[in-house]
Amino acid sequence: MLSEPIYDEMHDEAGLVRQHYGKYERWLQATDPSRIAQKRVEADRVFNRAGITFSVYGESDGKERLIPFDLIPRIIPGKEWKQLEKGLKQRVLALNLFLHDIYHRQKILRDGVVPDEYIIGNAQYRPEMRDVDVPGGVYAHIAGIDIVRAGDEYYVLEDNLRVPSGVSYMLENRRLMMRLFPELFSSNRIAPVEHYPDLLLSSLRAVHPVGVVDPTVVVLTPGAYNSAYFEHAFLAHNMGVDLVEGKDLFVENETVFKRTIHGPKRVDVIYRRVDDDFLDPLVFRSDSMLGVPGLMSAYRAGRVTLANAIGTGVADDKSIYPFVPDIIRYYLSEEPILNNVPTYQCRKPEDLAYTLEHLPELVVKETHGAGGYGMLVGPTSTQAEIEAFRSRLKANPNAYIAQPTLALSACPTFVENGVAPRHIDLRPFVLSSGKSSTMVPGGLTRVALKEGSLVVNSSQGGGTKDTWVVEGAC
Amino acid sequence: MLSRTADHLYWMSRYTERAENIARFLDVNLRMSLMPVELGEGQTDPVVTHGWQATLAITGLEDAFQSAGHELRPERVLEYMVFDRNNPSSIYSCLRAARENAHAVRGTITADMWETTNATWLKFRDYPREQLQGTAVAELFDWVKFRSHLTRGVAAGTLLRDEAWHFMRIGTFIERADSTARFLDVNYQILEDGVATPSVEAEYYQWSALLMSVSALEMYRKVFSDKVSPSRAADLLVFNQRMPRSLASCMREVYQNLCKIKNNRSQDAQRRAGGMSAALEFGRIEDVMEEGMHEYLTGFINSLADLGLCINNDYLSLN
Repeated sequence: MLSEPIYDEMHDEAGLVRQHYGKYERWLQATDPSRIAQKRVEADRVFNRAGITFSVYGESDGKERLIPFDLIPRIIPGKEWKQLEKGLKQRVLALNLFLHDIYHRQKILRDGVVPDEYIIGNAQYRPEMRDVDVPGGVYAHIAGIDIVRAGDEYYVLEDNLRVPSGVSYMLENRRLMMRLFPELFSSNRIAPVEHYPDLLLSSLRAVHPVGVVDPTVVVLTPGAYNSAYFEHAFLAHNMGVDLVEGKDLFVENETVFKRTIHGPKRVDVIYRRVDDDFLDPLVFRSDSMLGVPGLMSAYRAGRVTLANAIGTGVADDKSIYPFVPDIIRYYLSEEPILNNVPTYQCRKPEDLAYTLEHLPELVVKETHGAGGYGMLVGPTSTQAEIEAFRSRLKANPNAYIAQPTLALSACPTFVENGVAPRHIDLRPFVLSSGKSSTMVPGGLTRVALKEGSLVVNSSQGGGTKDTWVVEGAC
Repeated sequence: MLSRTADHLYWMSRYTERAENIARFLDVNLRMSLMPVELGEGQTDPVVTHGWQATLAITGLEDAFQSAGHELRPERVLEYMVFDRNNPSSIYSCLRAARENAHAVRGTITADMWETTNATWLKFRDYPREQLQGTAVAELFDWVKFRSHLTRGVAAGTLLRDEAWHFMRIGTFIERADSTARFLDVNYQILEDGVATPSVEAEYYQWSALLMSVSALEMYRKVFSDKVSPSRAADLLVFNQRMPRSLASCMREVYQNLCKIKNNRSQDAQRRAGGMSAALEFGRIEDVMEEGMHEYLTGFINSLADLGLCINNDYLSLN
């Protein structure tokens, strides 16, 4: 995969524009660069004024930063998207069945498909969830699955089943593109994404606790200083529900209430953007000021639904990732539609040996890591960085997996001197509510703005693009 | 609506209104200091000095200003009241607080509303303060006033008339009533304390500057068609129901908005606001003059503070 040439999303090997980029490319050629430059300034101004920002942990000035937005869209042909969508829904369905199983009868462990110790010894496994029945059997109501393209194939890089973020950027990017370049939308058949908040609200309402007729939904945020606060407010606003903090809620008689100006009002479904550890100081971290004391008791009693459920982290852990194709086969008796990246599990002696030998060409990740922190990208690291990582890996091999460095596809992107290809990934969002799952076409495309960089995370200098699924192309 | 949300909305509006009123206070002082007065060498005009002092007194900042080691000179007071981020009542702090409260409820207010408040703050934060002299000062005050008009206008034009709207209105008018009362009080004290025995012209300039700073000079002329006098100006600013910055119209707004958000704890808040509004509807300036303007306004400011506490207990506090 490393040896393959980098797939350019816009141009084929001969340098010709791919069919689905045809119209856009002609438009780009015909458009005065000074107009585009002016639109880039406008884009920054709009984002700044709207406060579409995030804060970076560990940066002391506490200033909010803009995520750089690139004006060249990432375009996916409709036919490719159909296949992706099928594969994503299949994957999330299987992961939900897996979560239900490991918190109930644990058949998959007894059948030896996933080894016991990967689950029971996993810090993300929540014994508190054993035998708790959740509405519709749904654990990951909102799943963000990271997809990359290498060569002719799409690969799943990572499953995010806890509190995946980024969907607000997907929506704001679209809104901004329509504002800046309305003509593009009348000449291309771009699948709409703007109804995402409606779909989200419907799927949250569908998983209400038993016996509730008109469920009250809220979004729970850690507060205005959280890095994803913009998104929490955005989603609450666009669903027309309250954005609450832990201190706005309380539990009485195993029922959750919000404090309103007319006194307590019952809450039925909580779309929580607070991590498991901080949700209930009586059960999890007792020093948490972000949670709601007693929430877990109401949850276990089936009096409130949490989305996502507690304990989903065990299924998106990187140590479980290599088993997902088998998990799909086990529960659905189907072949996985989407590829996994071949993965070396450093807890296995032979995989560890291979990894240590090939560090300069591998990507090594912490099984619990996220956000592009704590990982090694062999080909772009110095000898010293590799050696430092080697000792960390040797000290605790169980905590790591390794994968070949994928030649991520690249998309033309505005850089300092004109337009140049930059590596991209894609995070589509799958909404599950029991019997059905839904998606909007596309997702959030992230782009590594540094030349040659494969790390697209916004905390590491990544940017975003609007993502078009173009109907009728190809 | 969440109590916390109501609290943020209420304070968001109060701070927006406060920033505007501080700009108005400072603006009137600036105008007064431009007045022609005959002074000996090295003398300062007692009315003007008193005005700057009063600006600090209005916001309760006299001691803080002095203990920070500042000298009572117009540039220093301006700098302190406009840009000082350690001064909780500076325009800087008010716009920041308005923005932070808006940020906490950006899911509740409209995108237009949030963007207006955010843009005001970003622009003010980056204002090149070394330029704060001469005509730029007056322009800055005009800008602050216009941003406040704009914020209210955007709210009026885009918000659902629900509880959020009523809390914002209550915040706006409590703050405005408080500000008008303090404003009037300070200007009357200049008369009553006999800081200076102003000439007829000086009195005219003082009161027309005051009226102008609350956008009331044209209204005064329409209502009275006569020369500016302190007692008529007070009548306009206290009792005139049609004057949008008068105590009477502010308290009517507060009362009417409170009635829209009744809950089972809030009878006391409604009763107090209704009482204050009725007293202003049926009061007469002659009675106030007899009681003494300062006593009357002090009583009003205290009742208003009690009403604020009452609203806080009935709606906003989380317990």
